[in-house]
Amino acid sequence: MNTLMNSNHDLAAAYEDEQLQVTHFHARSSKFNIREAWTAWNGYKFADYYYDAQYEYFCVRNSCATYDICPMQKYYITGKDAMTMLNRLVTRDISKLNINRVTYLCWCTDDGRMIDDGTVFRLSEDKYMLTSGSPCIAWFKKAAVGYDDVEVTDVSDEIAALAFQGPTSCEVLKKMGLEGIENLKPFNIMHFPFKGDSDKKLTISRTGFTGDLGYELWIDPSQALDLWDELYLAGEDYNIHPYGETALNMARIEAGFILPGTEFNEALKTVHLHHDQTPFELNLGWLVDFKKPHFNGRTALLKDKTDGPEYTLVKLDIDGNKAADDSYLYDSKKCKNHIGYITSTMWSPVVKANIALAMVKTKYIKGQIWAEIYYSKEIRPKQKIVECTVVNKPFWAPARARATPPLRY
Amino acid sequence: MKKYDAIIIGAGHNGLTNGAYLAKAGLNVLVVEKNAYIGGAAVSRELENGWIYSNCSYVSSMLRQTIHRDLNLTKHGLVLVPYLGTVNFGDNGKPLIHYHDGNVGYNHLRQHSAHDADSMFKFQADLTRYAQLIRKTLMRTPPNPTSFKPRDIKELLWLAKQFWGLGEKELYEYMRFFTTSAEEFLDDYFENDLIKAAMASPGIIGTALGVYSPGSAYILLHHVMGDVDGNIGAWGLARGGMGAISNAIASAFKGFGGEIRTNAGVQQVLVENGKAVGVVLENGDELRANIVVSNLDAKRTFTKCMDKKDLPPGIYEKAKNFKIRGSSGKVNIALSGLPKFTNLPDNKFINQGGQGFVGSLETMERAYDCWKHGLFSDDPFIETVIPSAWDPTVAPPGKHWMSCFVQYCPPVLANGGWNAKQKEAFGQSVIDKIERYSPGFKDLIVHKEIRTPVEIENEVGLTEGNIFQGELTIDQLLFNRPFPGYAQYRMPIKNMYMCGASTHPGGGVSAACGANAAREILMDLRKPNTVPEDSFYDE
Ligand SMILES: Cc1cc2nc3c(=O)[nH]c(=O)nc-3n(C[C@H](O)[C@H](O)[C@H](O)COP(=O)(O)OP(=O)(O)OC[C@H]3O[C@@H](n4cnc5c(N)ncnc54)[C@H](O)[C@@H]3O)c2cc1C
Repeated sequence: MNTLMNSNHDLAAAYEDEQLQVTHFHARSSKFNIREAWTAWNGYKFADYYYDAQYEYFCVRNSCATYDICPMQKYYITGKDAMTMLNRLVTRDISKLNINRVTYLCWCTDDGRMIDDGTVFRLSEDKYMLTSGSPCIAWFKKAAVGYDDVEVTDVSDEIAALAFQGPTSCEVLKKMGLEGIENLKPFNIMHFPFKGDSDKKLTISRTGFTGDLGYELWIDPSQALDLWDELYLAGEDYNIHPYGETALNMARIEAGFILPGTEFNEALKTVHLHHDQTPFELNLGWLVDFKKPHFNGRTALLKDKTDGPEYTLVKLDIDGNKAADDSYLYDSKKCKNHIGYITSTMWSPVVKANIALAMVKTKYIKGQIWAEIYYSKEIRPKQKIVECTVVNKPFWAPARARATPPLRY
Repeated sequence: MKKYDAIIIGAGHNGLTNGAYLAKAGLNVLVVEKNAYIGGAAVSRELENGWIYSNCSYVSSMLRQTIHRDLNLTKHGLVLVPYLGTVNFGDNGKPLIHYHDGNVGYNHLRQHSAHDADSMFKFQADLTRYAQLIRKTLMRTPPNPTSFKPRDIKELLWLAKQFWGLGEKELYEYMRFFTTSAEEFLDDYFENDLIKAAMASPGIIGTALGVYSPGSAYILLHHVMGDVDGNIGAWGLARGGMGAISNAIASAFKGFGGEIRTNAGVQQVLVENGKAVGVVLENGDELRANIVVSNLDAKRTFTKCMDKKDLPPGIYEKAKNFKIRGSSGKVNIALSGLPKFTNLPDNKFINQGGQGFVGSLETMERAYDCWKHGLFSDDPFIETVIPSAWDPTVAPPGKHWMSCFVQYCPPVLANGGWNAKQKEAFGQSVIDKIERYSPGFKDLIVHKEIRTPVEIENEVGLTEGNIFQGELTIDQLLFNRPFPGYAQYRMPIKNMYMCGASTHPGGGVSAACGANAAREILMDLRKPNTVPEDSFYDE
C-alpha cells in the first residue's frame, strides 16, 4: 500500500502491462478525443466518442466520418480448399462469390446457434478475408481440420482498416485522387496504388455498418497514418470527423443491423441453454442456404426453419419518445402476457421516431405489441405503457447508399 | 368548372401543413401561391450559382416533432441537423461562448462571472418550466373565454389546471413574465452585462420592442420553447435550407392527392350570401370551393384580399389595427471562405456555429431607438449562423454562406421610402459591424442578398415584413390571436378560415397553426380528425 503513496514510484511503469493496446491510427485519432472518452474493444483502446456522440452521428448522416476498425478481427483463409472449407463453415453459399466481391454472412454451431456474423472478401482465386466482431480463430482452426490445402491466418494486427461513411464520403475519396471510385458498387472491392505508388496498395470496399453511403479502407499498417492524413486533408471541406462507438451504435440501429451482446449472444460464450440464437430467430433466414452442400448446423437449422423459430427479431416504431431500454413486451395494454423484450432502442434524430430492435415470440408478431417503459423524471421513477408497430424496412435507408454512382449528397 | 373542397391561399409552410391534413382526411384541396415557388418565409433559393440561401427563416426548433413524425417528413426528404456552439460578441473584450458540453460551458461562464455561472442553472430551470407550459398549448385550439360551450369550458379548465400546476408563487411569476421586459426578467438572475445582453437578445428578435420594453420577456420565451430532439431551447438547421421543410410538407400534401398552383396570386376572396365560396386570382381566374383558408397574415387577409362590404362591421378596423410592425432585416452573404473571428480559439465547434453580435443591453436599446425614429442603426444587433459549415449541400466545398438576421430595420424610413442606395447602406451597416469582429470578412464576400422589411413584404407578403405575421404580445396571444373572439381559426365570414402564423401559436416555423386550423375545419365538416395530438419529451 505504501508503494502506491510513494511519489518516487513510477506508476506508469508499474501498470504498463495493464495498458490497453492502441490501434494503428491512434497517433492521429487520439488527438480528436479531447474528452478522453475511451472504452475498449478486443483489447484495444477504443473511442466511446471523440467530441460529442450526437455530432459524430450527424457526420455519418450529413457529411462524412471515419470509424477505426483496426480492432475488428480479420482472418485470411487461403489455399485450394479455402472455398470448400468456408462453404462448410458458413450458412450462406459463397461458392459463387466473385473475386473482388464481399458478402455478409454468419456461422453457427452444429446445433444451429449463431457464433458470430461478419463479412467475407474474396481477394483472389484462393484467398478470402473473413472479418468478425470478436475473435474466432479457435473455431476457424477447428473448422479447417480435414481440409488438405487451407490455411487460416489471423491478420487482425497486420491490416490497418478504417470505415469511412456518410453522404460526402465518395466525394472525398474522389478528391483524394481515387479514380473511378464513384463506379464502385455496393459490396465490390477496388485496389488503388496509394499516393500513386504501386508498391503501396490501398484496398477499398463499398461496405460499412451504418446503412448509409460508405466505404471501408484497408492498408498496410506502415501506411496507416499517411492514409489518415490524406483522407483528412481531402475531407477538410466536407466536415470529416472520427466517430466512436456510441454514434456507430445509433447508426446501426437505424439501419437495422445486429450486434453480439445485444441482439444475439455468441453461442460459444453462452452459459444457459438456448440463451443464444439461431439465424432464423434473428431474421437472418436469408443467410441460410439449404441448397448448397452440407454446412455446420444444417440439420438443426432445417428443423428450426420447419418448426418456425420461437422468437423473431423485429424492428419496432414505439409511440412517444421515451427510450424503451430493456423493456418487456406484452400482447395487450394490460401487460399480462409477456411476449418478448427490447434488445436495442433509441430516439432516431433523422427519422424523428422512437425506434427499437426487439425479440418477439413469433406467433405474436402479427398482433398488438405493447412496451412497458420505465424512465425517470427528476429522479422520480415513472412508468409508461405504449403501443409498438412492427416496421419491415430499415428505419433509415437512403437511396444514395445503393445508387452507383452515389446520388448527389 | 371544377369545385374544390378547400382552397388554401398561400403555400407557406402553414398553408401546406393545413392542406396536408385536409387532404389526408380525403378532401380535394388546392393551394394557390402568388410566387413561382412555395415555402413563404420557410424557403431556400439559389440566387448565386452553387449557394443556397435560407432567404428568410434560417434555423429550426419550433417545428412540431409530432407533425414531422406523423407526416413522415423524413421520407419526404427532411433532415434536421443540430449545430453546436454559439458565440456572443460584446462591444469589446472576451466573447461569451456557449459550449455544447455543460462542464466546459460552466467553466467558461465562471470566467465572466462566478455568480452568473451558478445562477444559469436556476435560470435554465425556470425558463424550461415556463416554456413547458407554453409548449403544451402549441397544438391545442385556444378556448374562447367568453363562450359557454362545453368544449371551451373544458379547455379553459385545462389551461387553468396547467397554470395552477405551477404553484401559487410561480403563477405570479408567470403572469409577470407575459408583461415584463427581457432586461428586468434577467436582472433577477445575472450581474454580467454581456451575459444579460446575450440572454436578452432572443427577446427582441422579430419584434418592435426593445430589451427594456415590457413584453419582450415573452418573446424570449417564444424563442426557447422549441427543441431539437428533446433539447429544449436548442436550434438546428434544415439540411438544404429551411425550404426543405416546406418542400417535405408539400411532398406529403401531394402524396395525399393535394394540388399546388404557383404564380397564382389571389386578388380577392369570393363571398356570396355571407359565405366564402372561392377566390379570384390576379389573372382574373375564378376558382370555387366549399371552404377558403387563408395562410396570409390577418391584416393582409382582411384589408387586401377582401371586399370591405363582405365583412361584418368592425372587422376591417380590427384588421387594420392589428399590431404587425416590421422591425427586422436580413442579409444573406455568400462567402469564398470561412470568416475568422478575433478573440476566439481556432475551435471549429465554436467559431462555425452561431454568432450573436449583441454588444450590450445599451447597444441593443440604441438600435431600437433608431428604429423608433425610422432609421437603421450603424451598430445593429445581428444574429448570424453559417449553415454551410454544417450542411454540405448549401455551398460549394470550401465555400460558405452566412445568414445575418438584423434587428432592427424600419419598414418605412424617416427620410422617405426605401431606395436602392439606402438598402445598400443598410446592408453595409451589417457588413461593417461583422468586419469589426472579423477583419477580412469583406474580402470574402461573393454575393449578397439584402432584405429590408420592404423586400420581405413584397416577396412573402408578410405585412410590413413582420416575421411573426403579427406581434407576439399578450394582447395578440392565445385566445387573443389574431383578434379576441376569432382565435379558433374560424373567420367572421362563414366557410372561411385562417391557418397562418397570425393565429395561435404564432410566428416561427412550427407547422402548428396549419395543423390546428385543419383540426377545426375537419370538425366543422364532420370529417374524422387527421391531426395528431402533440407528444412531448417532458411529459
Ligand atoms: C427574415 C425572417 C427570419 C425568420 N427567422 C426564423 C427562424 O430562424 N426560425 C423560425 O422558426 N422562424 C423564423 N421566422 C418566422 C417564420 O419564418 C414565419 O413565422 C413562418 O414561416 C410563417 O409561415 P406561414 O406559413 O404562417 O406564413 P408565410 O410563410 O408568410 O406564408 C404565406 C404565403 O402566402 C403567399 N401569399 C401572400 N399573398 C398571397 C396572395 N395574395 N395570394 C396567394 N399567395 C399569397 C406568400 O407568398 C407565402 O408563400 C422568420 C421570418 C422572417 C421573415
